[in-house]
Amino acid sequence: MGEAETRIEFDPLSTGSFRKRVTSKTIVYALLIVFSIYYLAPLAILLMNSMRPLEEIVRGGFIAIPSSLSFQYWFEAWGTFCIAGTCDGVSRFFQNSLMMAVPATIISTVLGLINGYVLSKWRFKGADFLFGLITLGVFLPAQMTLLPWAYVLGSVGLSNTITGLVLVHTIQGLSFTTLFCRNYFLAIPDDLIKAARIDGAGFWRIFRRIVLPLSPPIIIVTVIWQFTGIWNEFLFGTVFTSGANQPITSALVAFSGSGTGVRAYNVEAAAVIMAALPPLVIYIVGGKYFVRGLTQGAVK
Amino acid sequence: MSESTTSKRSAMQWSIDHLPQIVLVPTVLTMFMYVVVFSLWTIWISVSTSTILPDPSFGGIGEYVALWKSKRWTVAYQNLFVFGALYVTGALSIGTLLAILIDQRVRFEALWRTVFLYPLAISFIVTGTVWRWIFHPQTGVELALHDLGWLSARFDWITDRDLAIYVVVITGIWHASGFAMALILAGLRAVDGDLVKAAQIDGASMARTYRKVILPTIWPIFLAVAVVLLQFAIKTYDLVVALTQGGPGVATTVPAIVVYDLMFQRGQIAQGAAAAVMILVALALILIPYSVYQNLRSRHEERSHG
Repeated sequence: MGEAETRIEFDPLSTGSFRKRVTSKTIVYALLIVFSIYYLAPLAILLMNSMRPLEEIVRGGFIAIPSSLSFQYWFEAWGTFCIAGTCDGVSRFFQNSLMMAVPATIISTVLGLINGYVLSKWRFKGADFLFGLITLGVFLPAQMTLLPWAYVLGSVGLSNTITGLVLVHTIQGLSFTTLFCRNYFLAIPDDLIKAARIDGAGFWRIFRRIVLPLSPPIIIVTVIWQFTGIWNEFLFGTVFTSGANQPITSALVAFSGSGTGVRAYNVEAAAVIMAALPPLVIYIVGGKYFVRGLTQGAVK
Repeated sequence: MSESTTSKRSAMQWSIDHLPQIVLVPTVLTMFMYVVVFSLWTIWISVSTSTILPDPSFGGIGEYVALWKSKRWTVAYQNLFVFGALYVTGALSIGTLLAILIDQRVRFEALWRTVFLYPLAISFIVTGTVWRWIFHPQTGVELALHDLGWLSARFDWITDRDLAIYVVVITGIWHASGFAMALILAGLRAVDGDLVKAAQIDGASMARTYRKVILPTIWPIFLAVAVVLLQFAIKTYDLVVALTQGGPGVATTVPAIVVYDLMFQRGQIAQGAAAAVMILVALALILIPYSVYQNLRSRHEERSHG
């Protein structure tokens, strides 16, 4: 993820005597390792317990050396485990999350690109005011929108549907995608646009031929940001859907709360991994862009 | 006849000239609905006589008074202060420490960064679930210590009314400190190398160089990270739901949980809306001063460069 540049001129630990240097290097690496344990422990515990026999977890807890490992619980978690009365595992909720996150990501990104293009390259009187209005959506807490959304979704017949969640996430996401794209497009030289206009290119042609070809970095940042955010979201899924229509985050909570008898911790751990996996894969594959999204989303 | 064609043509010309604005219309209308109408709607419900169903008749500020008198809300609010303060300072300090460690030209830099930042890609639900297992005395650390032979070991913060909030803090810091690290590290890398060299030539030690020269120059980054983290803290909901469900009792309840409970469990949507408005107020109290300050600063910078 080599995003930040290394400052070559400055290496604080290369000062002082040899012994001092060795000691400080040791301290640095020891601290890094200690912190890595804190960060990686939950992941290790999750992975290990998704493959351990249940009686062993019940007896010895989650933190113990496993005696045997098996992938069987993953299959159970995916396909046959019972959640809230239905016994087809997390696969259907995983699909729900995909059906929610993919369209909402695509639509909000496309609209964000177009909005950002207008607000940066075709500025008109009042454009900055409208940009401010759109970005206010970034800060609006979800709690302020719950009752209005419940009413709107009910009156257009989208209560308890994935389509309803797509709508909610698309509109909430518009603020972010417009913010990201507009700020990115500001860096495209206006002369480039002006030259194209003199050559007779119109609004859409400039968008397709000049702006879009320069956009892949911001498209990746926006898609990663939107997808992970929507996939991980919980409140809207819980409030606006129930039963078989819930996304995976809400289903996880529903099924850890609906325990009758002994809880199948190992299957639960496998299900938790499945809920964590898509954003995690995206993070590891597109780490550099993930960080870039963070920096832009946070500081601007 | 010819008049209507010219007016048609001029209408078409007008729409071509105003294409950018026309393209923006759907978004602007939607966002106006979302930001302005939805907010006013919830504010209106908070001063209405609604109970289980919305009822538009005006009922005054009684629900706000009742909210502030309720035990749950005062606990939630106090928790927000305790959690917010410890979470922000904790994530900032650990983030700074990690950024400084990685800044020592360590080997496998990308690996360390990946390890410290990955929690941010994981949902609060997943995070809360795993840490609940770790903290719970019947499944986690306490049981493991017992099995190792230390039978008197106790680690039951999560079931302790006074200590459970610190479990939320530790878990929150686990999730957010990598974020602080990433931004602070980017800041450290942008510090002018000459400044640092000058300090070293003056014989300043490494610790002193960081404390007196490097960290002070990147304080706007600390401020930005703190503001973002404070927003997270105020909006915290799913982490607590997955970790403690607000318990034991109401010990770890937070404002967002109170909102959900009032609106969807207790059928007091007016009071729930009042609580939601209080969350908005808390955010505004942080964000408005910050954005005013940002504006002043950028204007100041423009002037000193111009």
